[in-house]
Amino acid sequence: MSVDKLKQAVFGLVAVSLFLVSGAVLAEYPLNLTEGVTPTSQKVYELHMAILYIVTAIGIAVFGVMAWSIFYHRKSKGAVAAQFHHSTAAEITWTVIPILILVGMAIPATKTLVFMEKTGGADMTLKVTGYQWKWKYDYLDGEGEGISFFSALSERDYEASQKNSGIDPSTIENYLRNVNNPVVLPVDTKIRILTTAADVIHAWWVPALGWKRDAVPGYINDNWTYIEEPGVYRGKCTELCGQNHGFMPIVLHAVSKEEYSVWAEEQKSLQLAAADGASREWSKDELLEKGKSIYSANCASCHQADGNGIEGLFPALNGSGIVNGPQKDMINLLLNGKNLMPAFKDQLNDTDIAAVITHERNSWENTVKDVVQPSDVKAGR
Amino acid sequence: MSNSQDAYFIPEPSRWPIVGTLALFTSFIGGGMMLNGSGFGTFILGLGVAAVVYMFSGWFSDVIGESLSGSYNKQVDISFRWGMSWFIFSEVMFFAAFFGALFYIRVLSVPWLGGEGAGFPTNEFLWPDFQAVWPLLTTPDMSLANPDSKYMAIKEVIPAFDVPLINTILLLLSGVTITFAHHALKKDHRAPLCWWLAATVLLGFVFVYFQVVEYQHAYHELDLTMESGVYGSTFFMLTGFHGFHVTMGATMILVILFRSMKGHFSAKDHFAFEGVAWYWHFVDVVWLGLYVFVYWV
Amino acid sequence: MGEAVIHEDHHDHKPTGIGRWLFSTNHKDIGTMYLVFSLIMFFIGGAMAMVIRAELFQPGLQFVDPQFYNSMTTVHALVMIFGAVMPAGVGLANWMIPMMIGAPDMAMPRMNNMSFWILPFAFTLLLSTFFMQGGAPAGGWTMYPPLVLQLGDGFPFLIFAVHFLGISSIMGAINIIATVFNMRAPGMTFMRLPLFVWTWIITAFLLIAAMPVLAGAVTMLLTDRFFGTAFFDAAGGGDPVLFQHIFWFFGHPEVYILVLPSFGIISQIIPTFARKPLFGYASMVYATASIAFLSFFVWAHHMFTVGMPLAGELFFMYATMAIAVPTGVKVFNWTATMWRGSMTFETPMLFAIGVLFMFTLGGFSGLMMGITPVDFQYHDTYFIVAHFHYVLVPGIVFGILGGVYYWLPKWTGHMYDETLGKWHFWASTISVNVLFFPMHFIGLAGMPRRIPDYSTQFTDWNMIISIGGFGFGLSQLFLVWVVIKCIRGGKKASNEVWEGAQGLEFTLPSPPPFHSFTTPPIVTNATAHS
Ligand code: HEA
Ligand code: HEA
Ligand code: HEC
Ligand code: CUA
Ligand SMILES: [Cu+2]
Repeated sequence: MSVDKLKQAVFGLVAVSLFLVSGAVLAEYPLNLTEGVTPTSQKVYELHMAILYIVTAIGIAVFGVMAWSIFYHRKSKGAVAAQFHHSTAAEITWTVIPILILVGMAIPATKTLVFMEKTGGADMTLKVTGYQWKWKYDYLDGEGEGISFFSALSERDYEASQKNSGIDPSTIENYLRNVNNPVVLPVDTKIRILTTAADVIHAWWVPALGWKRDAVPGYINDNWTYIEEPGVYRGKCTELCGQNHGFMPIVLHAVSKEEYSVWAEEQKSLQLAAADGASREWSKDELLEKGKSIYSANCASCHQADGNGIEGLFPALNGSGIVNGPQKDMINLLLNGKNLMPAFKDQLNDTDIAAVITHERNSWENTVKDVVQPSDVKAGR
Repeated sequence: MSNSQDAYFIPEPSRWPIVGTLALFTSFIGGGMMLNGSGFGTFILGLGVAAVVYMFSGWFSDVIGESLSGSYNKQVDISFRWGMSWFIFSEVMFFAAFFGALFYIRVLSVPWLGGEGAGFPTNEFLWPDFQAVWPLLTTPDMSLANPDSKYMAIKEVIPAFDVPLINTILLLLSGVTITFAHHALKKDHRAPLCWWLAATVLLGFVFVYFQVVEYQHAYHELDLTMESGVYGSTFFMLTGFHGFHVTMGATMILVILFRSMKGHFSAKDHFAFEGVAWYWHFVDVVWLGLYVFVYWV
Repeated sequence: MGEAVIHEDHHDHKPTGIGRWLFSTNHKDIGTMYLVFSLIMFFIGGAMAMVIRAELFQPGLQFVDPQFYNSMTTVHALVMIFGAVMPAGVGLANWMIPMMIGAPDMAMPRMNNMSFWILPFAFTLLLSTFFMQGGAPAGGWTMYPPLVLQLGDGFPFLIFAVHFLGISSIMGAINIIATVFNMRAPGMTFMRLPLFVWTWIITAFLLIAAMPVLAGAVTMLLTDRFFGTAFFDAAGGGDPVLFQHIFWFFGHPEVYILVLPSFGIISQIIPTFARKPLFGYASMVYATASIAFLSFFVWAHHMFTVGMPLAGELFFMYATMAIAVPTGVKVFNWTATMWRGSMTFETPMLFAIGVLFMFTLGGFSGLMMGITPVDFQYHDTYFIVAHFHYVLVPGIVFGILGGVYYWLPKWTGHMYDETLGKWHFWASTISVNVLFFPMHFIGLAGMPRRIPDYSTQFTDWNMIISIGGFGFGLSQLFLVWVVIKCIRGGKKASNEVWEGAQGLEFTLPSPPPFHSFTTPPIVTNATAHS
């Protein structure tokens, strides 16, 4: 029996000390909420720590009383049960004190919330659109106006994440937090960020900014941020959005205003070049090379890297009737989608679509081995 | 305080619950298969529904038998009353979900899509030419430059002061006739009881008939269908479930009518009658809500 | 069949064979079936949790595809909530409420039978989706559109399973209300009801108010998918977020549906083993009712990040914080009941104390998440997963286990093996904390929930969590061992079973007669529990 008693005592202590330790650990150890790099994230962090300390204190008090009575008011210690079962004074006290504590928490919480909702007066606007499973960034005004691109999990991370890939994730730095095209934003600028989605609900979350917000198809949410330190900030999609929800990261480069201007110019000229590309003839090799990377960034998540799809969900492209059928049908399918197959006409340009189709028709056991030119795709639009 | 002056009544083991469970199970399987496009599913669904009907008739005839043989005491009667009231309350909450959807859509989501308040960027970037008006004749996606919408534009909605008004009057009248029937029953006047009940059933079915005519009108002439955007969705969901409840209620009153004709109820003891009457009033009240919020304002 | 019988001449003859179970109108048999069913579902749901934990043991995908992983989390939650915890609560209610209020059985025994038998069939519908084109539901137990609409052939079966479960719950709830309102023994006034009965009445009201709303919500999903309606599609004027509002209008009361019976159980256990009356009986009742009432006004705390207007966020934040007050009253009352008692620590008491500590811990993290601006950071991370498993597993499952240990001698007539019971408790308590406590850390550090693979900085904690998970799963085998051993024999249990036990159920023999009270006992202030 005495072993049991000991265990019970230890149990009480463990519960209390876990809580104590948690406070201490959370404060020092990197495994706490980030302090972030924006005024918002600072406020949120302080609020978080304040509440954590308050509930820890309440916890110590409440668990302490419980532990005390477990220890001292036990029959084996000869305790005789009192028979009281009511005390209006006590009950009023432990109703009123919590109310006061809660009011004390509500005041700073309300202030922070009001601060976060002040979206007006931004210097530039970024529109973020969630797709299954990538992000699209549109720069709506300012120096970057007109820049628009998709950002998906980087190819190397994607390969490593495949079942039995043979690649050890720990050899990849920032595993599952790398993308092909990071979003670039200037520091010391009030940036309005609009979130929306094209298919299902996603949520855009960069912890260092101090908030996350859902991207709801058909609606736009208004948010803002003001980054104070240059750096690379990583985040993730945080609303379940289908099978590759876990593989939809965000990488944000915050740079100085000057670097941002340079980057914006560069992007614009790249986009012009891409538009030019659509009007010329491409060689088969060029198309195949480009098609391969388009495929792994856009198609492999469903149809799989080996083109064999997933039984019952996504058809195999390897040996598919459509892939081996008339070009026109395939172009049409890619442009307009069908059921769960997304429409790519707004996501990919003519060159990209031509390249990926060419790539597939020449891959695996597919037999047609012909070439589709951007102009063919344009004609199909 | 409980009412156990008499001994307790506990029914013998019964096969109806498990029959009912299997019947519903079969219906759900059939329904699911049907929705997935299997013709065979329709057949299974039919079987299941037939079994549900069989279960109800079997279970209720047991109950009626027990009731007639006098095995029910006051306590059982009160249990039934609690049961029926809270069943009706659960139905109220079921409709509340759809009314809630209607209010949310009218008060919040459609105005947001039209650019009011927090919806400003939504309207600006996604649905630039959409105007929030209720009834919503054209959907947001019709406002885009590219017009191939999933939905159908509504030509016109059903005006409140037309057939719906007649239907309102019919239902209100039926609420009165069933009350008269109740009064007759309480005085043990059997003939007026049956006549008033018959009138109630008739009013109920005429209501359903008008509703069907209206649906046809909506589908064929007004392009108001389930597929005409959220107005059609809320309209048919609310009126459809209501119409279904009227049909069930009228059928229940029909059964009560037959039982009254057989002389099943006494002036003091007629819970089945009252339960059905409560249900009927509930259906009535839902209609009033519908009339006001779906057709009128 | 269905013959009317006045039950005085109906002595202790039990129906026999399979018919005893299929056609049962007996609250104890039905209660037993509920409890056995619940245990089976707990193991099925637990097996899925083990798949989850095995996959998350290290980064990279080892065992399952992402889509199947999502099915695992989704179905794990549905099975645990609707298959394990709710039926366990109803099973205990079936067994105990008639005995506690001095009735022979439930008010509507045939309907009671149907409420139970629906469950296995509803879960057959749900689990059969694993074998369908497109697989089992994978959009989360919250079934948010548009994602859930992408499910394959399983979709209508998911919806119908939810409808079916709703029917069962509503019938069960109506039965409990009718029983308590109408079958109480003379003198058993409302304010003399044992707290377990009180928490169940309130739970029953919550069920009747919340389940139909869920049915309505999933019906709209069904029509959006198959009949072209536009409730949740902006292009047609609807809003995907509308579903979330309706779902959580059900969903938040649902979490109290799950937890209130557990509160009731520990309110029975603690006074018994403290040998001291429950402190603040009346305020316990009022606090429970306030929790239930408030639970209808806090739903949007699950959707702070969808982009509600400021006024909405503030309202739901304040309302959520308010729930801490009545819950606190309950915690303090339990503490005051133990204070200056004369406590012993048999297994039921250990589990009850476990609930007290660990539910409160989960409540604290709940409160933190109720603060809107910080929830913008916490939302959809493992911090949430930690919160709800603390309230669900050591908060509710422990409560149910405590109840099982507390009443097992009453049901079987034998004392269970106390040593094994203690082993069960300690193994569970240690492993459950290893399992769920570190989830707070990885959540705060930024690990999202519902992902089959994660970034490498979370590896160590995930390994620890998984080990805790396997340990907790294995610890549950003690339960099976104890229960089987106890059914097969053991020290004879007295009527009273426990030294400090009060209440009508402890005036009956152990095991009690087939029909609990065929003649109503008379309850006076002196014999009343509380
Ligand atoms: C039984 C189940 C249960 C219970 C009882 C609770 C109780 C509470 N829950 Fe929890 N919750 C869930 C189950 C439960 N929850 C589930 C399943 C989810 C996730 C769903 C999903 O997304 O899948 C969830 C998610 C969830 C969220 C959403 C988080 C997010 O997704 O972003 C929030 C936010 O506010 C929340 C808050 C609360 C609060 C404030 C309580 C309160 O009731 C707690 C009150 C208790 C205490 C506070 C402790 C005792 C009090 C005292 C000792 C008094 C003194 C204290 C103070 C003054 C601080 N819960
Ligand atoms: C009452 C409800 C309940 C219960 C009891 C549990 C119990 C457990 N849960 Fe669950 N859980 C939920 C409700 C519940 N959960 C909900 C609502 C979600 C959210 C879903 C969503 O996102 O949609 C969730 C999600 C969830 C996740 C997050 C998944 C994700 O977001 O990706 C995880 C991860 O670890 C998890 C783990 C566990 C574990 C390890 C247990 C353990 O306690 C289980 C222990 C039990 C057993 C293991 C069975 C018994 C033992 C045996 C069968 C013996 C054999 C044992 C071995 C082989 C080891 N649960
Ligand atoms: C979100 C998942 C998803 C993505 C991403 C995706 N597809 Fe598909 N794809 C599908 C589905 C589902 C179908 C089956 C459509 C149907 O018939 O219902 C399909 C069908 C096809 C088919 C026809 C196959 C056949 O034999 O029926 C081709 C070709 C195809 N996709 C090519 C592509 C290409 C090229 C890409 C990338 C640019 C791509 N898909 C991206 C899901 C996807
Ligand atoms: Cu996108 Cu999750
Ligand atoms: Cu909640």
